Amino acid sequence: MNAPALRAEGLSHHYGAQQALEDVAFSLPAGTRCGLIGPDGSGKSSLLGLIAGVKRLQRGQLEVLGGPITQRRHRASLYPRIAFMPQGLGHNLYPDLSIRENIHFFATLFGLSRSERESRMASLLAATDLARFADRPAGKLSGGMKQKLGLCCALIHEPDLLILDEPTTGVDPLSRRRFWELVERVRRERPQLTLLVATAYMEEAEQFERCLMLDRGRLIAAGNTAELAAVTSSGRLDDAFTHFQGEQAKHSEPLYIPPLATDAGEIAIEARDLTLRFGDFTAVDKVSFAIRRGEIFGFLGSNGCGKTTTMKVLTGLLPASEGEASLLGRPVDAKDLATRKRVGFMSQSFSLYGELSVRQNLELHARLFDLPATEGRARCQRLIERFGLAEHATERAGELPLGLRQRLSLAVAVIHGPEVLILDEPTSGVDPAARDDFWRLLVELSRDQGVTIFLSTHFMNEAERCDRISLMHAGRVLACDTPAALQRQFQGDSLEAAFVRCLEQAQQSQEPEPPARTELPTTTPTAAQVRHGFSLRRLRAVARRESMELARDRVRLAFALFGALLMMVIFGYGISLDVENLAFAAFDQDQSPQSRAYLEAFRGSRYFEEHAPIRSNAELHRRLQRSEIKLALEIPPGFGRDLYAGRQPEIGAWLEGGMPFRAETSRNYVEAVHQENLQRMVAESANASAASPLAKLETRFRYNQDVVSVNAIGPGVMALILVFIPAMLTALGVVREKELGSITNFYTTPLTRLEFLIGKQLPYIAVSLLNLAMLVAINRWLFGVPFKGSALALAVGGLLYVFATTALGLLISAFTRTQIAAILGTMIVSTLPTIQFSGLIVPRASLDGGAALMGQLFPAGYFLDIAVGTFTKALGLRELWPQCLALGATFLIFTSAGVLLLKKQEA
Amino acid sequence: MEKLAHIFRLGLKELTSLRHDSVLLLFMVYAFSVAIYMPASGSVIGVHNASVAIVDEDHSQVSRRLAEALQPPEFQPPVPIAYERIDQTLDDGEHTFVIDIPAGFQADLLAGREPAIQINVDATAMSQAFMGAGYIGRIFQRELAAYGSRGQAASQQPVALTSRALFNANLESGWFLAIIQIVNNITILAVLLTGTALLREREHGTLDHLLVLPLTALEIMLAKIGSNALVVVFCTWLSLELVVKKALGVPLAGSITLFLAVTALYLFACTALGIFLATLARSIPQFGLLSIPVIIPMLLLSGGSTPMESMPQWLQWVMHGSPSTHYVSLSTAILFRDAGPSVVWMNLAALTAIGLAFFFVALARFRRSLAA
Repeated sequence: MNAPALRAEGLSHHYGAQQALEDVAFSLPAGTRCGLIGPDGSGKSSLLGLIAGVKRLQRGQLEVLGGPITQRRHRASLYPRIAFMPQGLGHNLYPDLSIRENIHFFATLFGLSRSERESRMASLLAATDLARFADRPAGKLSGGMKQKLGLCCALIHEPDLLILDEPTTGVDPLSRRRFWELVERVRRERPQLTLLVATAYMEEAEQFERCLMLDRGRLIAAGNTAELAAVTSSGRLDDAFTHFQGEQAKHSEPLYIPPLATDAGEIAIEARDLTLRFGDFTAVDKVSFAIRRGEIFGFLGSNGCGKTTTMKVLTGLLPASEGEASLLGRPVDAKDLATRKRVGFMSQSFSLYGELSVRQNLELHARLFDLPATEGRARCQRLIERFGLAEHATERAGELPLGLRQRLSLAVAVIHGPEVLILDEPTSGVDPAARDDFWRLLVELSRDQGVTIFLSTHFMNEAERCDRISLMHAGRVLACDTPAALQRQFQGDSLEAAFVRCLEQAQQSQEPEPPARTELPTTTPTAAQVRHGFSLRRLRAVARRESMELARDRVRLAFALFGALLMMVIFGYGISLDVENLAFAAFDQDQSPQSRAYLEAFRGSRYFEEHAPIRSNAELHRRLQRSEIKLALEIPPGFGRDLYAGRQPEIGAWLEGGMPFRAETSRNYVEAVHQENLQRMVAESANASAASPLAKLETRFRYNQDVVSVNAIGPGVMALILVFIPAMLTALGVVREKELGSITNFYTTPLTRLEFLIGKQLPYIAVSLLNLAMLVAINRWLFGVPFKGSALALAVGGLLYVFATTALGLLISAFTRTQIAAILGTMIVSTLPTIQFSGLIVPRASLDGGAALMGQLFPAGYFLDIAVGTFTKALGLRELWPQCLALGATFLIFTSAGVLLLKKQEA
Repeated sequence: MEKLAHIFRLGLKELTSLRHDSVLLLFMVYAFSVAIYMPASGSVIGVHNASVAIVDEDHSQVSRRLAEALQPPEFQPPVPIAYERIDQTLDDGEHTFVIDIPAGFQADLLAGREPAIQINVDATAMSQAFMGAGYIGRIFQRELAAYGSRGQAASQQPVALTSRALFNANLESGWFLAIIQIVNNITILAVLLTGTALLREREHGTLDHLLVLPLTALEIMLAKIGSNALVVVFCTWLSLELVVKKALGVPLAGSITLFLAVTALYLFACTALGIFLATLARSIPQFGLLSIPVIIPMLLLSGGSTPMESMPQWLQWVMHGSPSTHYVSLSTAILFRDAGPSVVWMNLAALTAIGLAFFFVALARFRRSLAA
């Protein structure tokens, strides 16, 4: 019981030059609850990430649950014993999957048996009151529900250490209360569970018996919460924190809000019976309110109650279905740019440019709002100082911790000195001291400059500071008055109590069913049986999830199938290397019967198509330059006479050399027709015996007697299509999870790299095989390409080929960081070897040097051999096994490289 | 003026985003260097290095003379094989041409019995089969004629033919391939960069943010088009100077400035196309798949890889609606044939019209998708 669950010594962590943690040392006994507090950017998330194994340990020692986390074997045994919920609402959930499917996925990763899984899922769903929504996709849940689902997913494998990173940030008070009740019950039933929670709410940290205080990457205090709190006379944890911060602490005055002048009667924001429906769902239901100029108006309500939607309607981002909204006396109009300049808006999610630095973001917006350059820069500087961003001014916004990003968003929202501010949960995730600072600014704006402020919040102390607040639930405004009046109305001893009561009343009237209260599972506390090394079950779980996501994204599936179909048809008809109807023109300077006879042979050929005759040398050059004609035949003056006199006149064939392949072919044709001409002339001349052919040449075109392009091209095009579509299907597999956050699950679960990659690959192999079948059918029946060889060889080759090409996509996905790079990389890497070096247009035997090597390394050429061989050459596995072997080898190479490049931890 | 400033600022923002993605930059460097140098130096369209096998059952002076007549660079030295191996050799794709000279060929030839030489061609070797067979035929005819007239005065043909290729006298396909590779890479980059950048903003919610700023859809779109076009035009210029001119030694006859201006016009069309596709897709994975059947035909069927004239008429019409077709014509005309605006104005006008059409359709859809 008293063995330490966590022991850290000399823990340091940095990102580039930025020191996130410095020499942190502490230990935490098993079975304790510990809060982790500290201002934004103090290193809370980094510390939790290190403990959870998401981030690689850089310096120092860290023992988690009795062993060093750096030891591979110990870390592998930790996966089933730790649960980690990252910051952000539902970041590690799969939005397309339902609640049940999400939990199911995690359960399978941790090797739970079906009965264990079902019983635990049932009780967790009941306890979280999510059972009713079990089939709703996670993406459509409210923030509070997402967090509860995240907790279910974290608890399904009964961990010994539960790490929560700001789990209640952005969650309304009622949901927050329920969330902690749930955690408390879990702990009661699993007393050995160690709980480590980072939080921005001091009152949450006060519930836990232990506390860690971080400031600027250093641990400034650690120990018993009550003892720590007692260090100042007030006995409050936040005062204690300020105390431990020492000299660096800013002694700030308590916030004073002057009363709002009552005479300012002008209405700045007004909504009348505002209604917005998405299909059947009414997000905002007849909402009305009027906000006076200079007023601070608060919007409170549970997650997903329509606050954000209402705000978006007011900013013109969403059109109202019914009702009216007006801003600054004008009806809201999305096209009204002048009004936009008078309004500042901050959306709930971070929507600034992650790649730009703090200062660049501010300056960009100053410019976009047309502030003069010098004034803009000065303002940016003032805001940077005001919002405590000076130390971070040159850092990239995307790398800032959540709290600092929120501050930056706020600074951006006020950069142009707007008359109206619409702020959607502006202080969510911001530490208390910074929140007070921010409120000082709001008060100043409101009282001194008459700026109207409309904001939503989950913090009750902020709601109390508003002039008026409005309580919203399920799209409707339940009550709207001053905080004091509302507290009286709902008879709460605090505003929070009043709020919770109001919500409970509203929920009960809507949902008569009382929340279920089943007991949590009390299975034997043995750690779940997790197989180390490769597990087919986990692989299947990944494959199953990926297929469900694919199956739900019908459009993507349709694009994959129809795209292949379309390309097959277009290329089957379009790629042809036959040069026909070559545009030529004659420059006949002789105009004799002989010259006309000579040209007649060209006119009669199906390869040539005559255009208007040429009249001068300059014209000849010009028309070739324009590429209007590809060939000009120049017959010299006196051609007929010279011919007759045996003086061997010379005919000039001018080719347009811009496209060498066509020119080369044309030259071939010209010479062939010239030969015909010669034979005709010889035959016509009296001495017929002179030049009769000495030997016959029998040219036999094999496999494709008529040299029908489609017979050779059709099967070859399959090789082309089955590179691009399968590789593009998988190319975003990993990198998308990196961009959207669910990659954390890969870091924190026993999933191995191979299971992860192959699991992701399988559904796309199935789609690609379907593609292959379609393409074969088109070739066989639409184009009528005869199939002479072994179907088995084609099937085996095709299977190996799509294994290789899907593996290529995953390989690119494994080492790229953004989706743009992955898409572009896939396209650029595959185009050259597929189109130029696979043998589709130029036979591979004719390539040399790097081109030949590239052709051999890339799988397209091998499958081209198989496809062409089985279709036109009647070949089977006996002849094509080397190609199959080569495809198998490329698959292995791509997959191994993917496994090597995929990291199981963050830097 | 303010609008221009907005576009400029937003454009700078796009450039900064691009700069921070090192893997992306690596791909771009590859696209404009290795991906252009390799095919231009290593592969040749037309008959080059074609592999020939010969079944010499005659073992005569004539048969040896014929075998020796097939010379590099068009042909690899013929490999002697046994008669039984003809089929297998062709099946395996080991050789594209197998020539069979029957026993008693020389004797029959001298006796005037018109013996036959058989040339077996693997007709699935698309670009070489037909042309190569013609080559071999003509070479053999010439050799046999020369052999037949041993000792006598060279039999004179009634008419001589001299064929000359303008603008690329030796028909070096490397020149052409280098330019086509640039065209291909420009197409890929222009469509994908802009489309993905737009969808990424949507997925990250930054597009919503832009919409509450005093910016119009036109400004947002022009900023995206302008910045991406700038990057690609710059890369193209570098690639032309360093890779095509310096490393490959291709003499470019025409005006690089005109070519770059045309490239900018082409990028305008392609980036607009990228935005259009991005408004059709709802996520980046969808966009990736949607762009394939658009981009690949643009690469393969625009006249750069296969001749336009041999496509069915309906497809030619379709491809004339693709900006890439006109751009390929313009590129070769300007760079190789030193054509000025007066020569290529038709293609220029078509490219401009297509670009504007794409742009306005994309803008309309972009506006609508923003409103929804």
